[in-house]
Amino acid sequence: MSPVQTPSQTIGPFFKPALIRSGQESLVTPKSRGERITIEGRVLDGDSAPVGDAMIELWQANADGRYDHPDDSQEKLLDPDFHGFGRAATDEGGCFRFDTIKPGAVPGIGIVLQAPHINVSIFARGLLKRLVTRIYFPDDPLNATDAVLNAVAPERRATLVARIEQPGVLRFDIVLQGENETVFFDV
Amino acid sequence: MKNPAGYRRGTPGVHPRYDHPSYISTHKRAPRQAPMRLDHTLSEITGPRFSREILAPGDDDLTHFDGGEALGERIVVTGRVLDEDGRAIPDTMIEIWQANAAGRYAHAADRHEAPLDPHFAGIGRVITDDRGAYRFMSVKPGAYPWRNHHNAWRPNHIHFSLFGPGFATRLITQMYFPGDPLLALDPIFNSVDDRSARERLIATFDIELTIPEYALGYRFDFVLRGRDATPALN
Repeated sequence: MSPVQTPSQTIGPFFKPALIRSGQESLVTPKSRGERITIEGRVLDGDSAPVGDAMIELWQANADGRYDHPDDSQEKLLDPDFHGFGRAATDEGGCFRFDTIKPGAVPGIGIVLQAPHINVSIFARGLLKRLVTRIYFPDDPLNATDAVLNAVAPERRATLVARIEQPGVLRFDIVLQGENETVFFDV
Repeated sequence: MKNPAGYRRGTPGVHPRYDHPSYISTHKRAPRQAPMRLDHTLSEITGPRFSREILAPGDDDLTHFDGGEALGERIVVTGRVLDEDGRAIPDTMIEIWQANAAGRYAHAADRHEAPLDPHFAGIGRVITDDRGAYRFMSVKPGAYPWRNHHNAWRPNHIHFSLFGPGFATRLITQMYFPGDPLLALDPIFNSVDDRSARERLIATFDIELTIPEYALGYRFDFVLRGRDATPALN
């Protein structure tokens, strides 16, 4: 019989000195390939109150749609100036912000391409395990055929798609609970 | 391209549910809708990796800070990061944070009226070796009150953040100490329904790891998700 997994426990309210370092909210260097974007948003609770003690992590493919990881054996270029991981804490207003690039499309199950997306983990006091969601991009033609987006009820699909705030700036709010609750995934 | 194998789902009861009524902070933060199950693609199978170059001297020793030695009962904590098949997970980062021996975090939001220790920051990080092993020195964290309910006290605990090989294996958890009478009363510890999984969160005291005349030894292994046996075919 295989050993039981170590259970998840909450991150609690006191993680910042250990986990948050300046620079982690930028996934790019001046040499990174791809279309620069800023992603900003807020984390809100079931009363629409800001969650000021959350940690958000991003994991994404590079501009060509390749993850910097040995299990991604696609014949696409790696980018020595892009590794795809970012982390930020929310401020008192529940706000977070990342500077990154728009990822390329990566394969899904089988040979079908997934629409470009960023994988998101959310940790906070009151979350006994992380929440997982995805950020999709507005107006991407692959959204129409994306298996994950299409499996989500149409009325909730918009919670997974960032909004264009201004050129180069996308907004992605995360609603933990209640009306307009973000779609979360069990990975 | 063949899809690489995904990661196995946990046994029910191992990981807490989001909604856990006796832990008050879940009330407004736990989603009401069930999460949607995702089959694993490259997005979930891959994940960030960290090089040993990011480590600084002393990252594995929390007992010294700002030119002095922390107060409290010195401990050495060591163990391995394994998957469900018992395979070592090498080269994975573990981030560590904890309260000081008096039960106070070096954090502006911690209002507990217990003394700060100028020589204890309570943060560290390590990266597992090729056997999946890690080791760090610290002091035993104190228990502290947390206002979840009347006379609520968190048991002694150390926080850990681990990545494992992929996005799907990301884990943040807490390690507890054997024999702590507060465990039975703690809603966070007891949010894990499965008893054997709950007990996995309690370190083992080990006299063999104890450093004579210096520090008590505790063993704590992490078990992350194992991989599915058969890769999905095109």
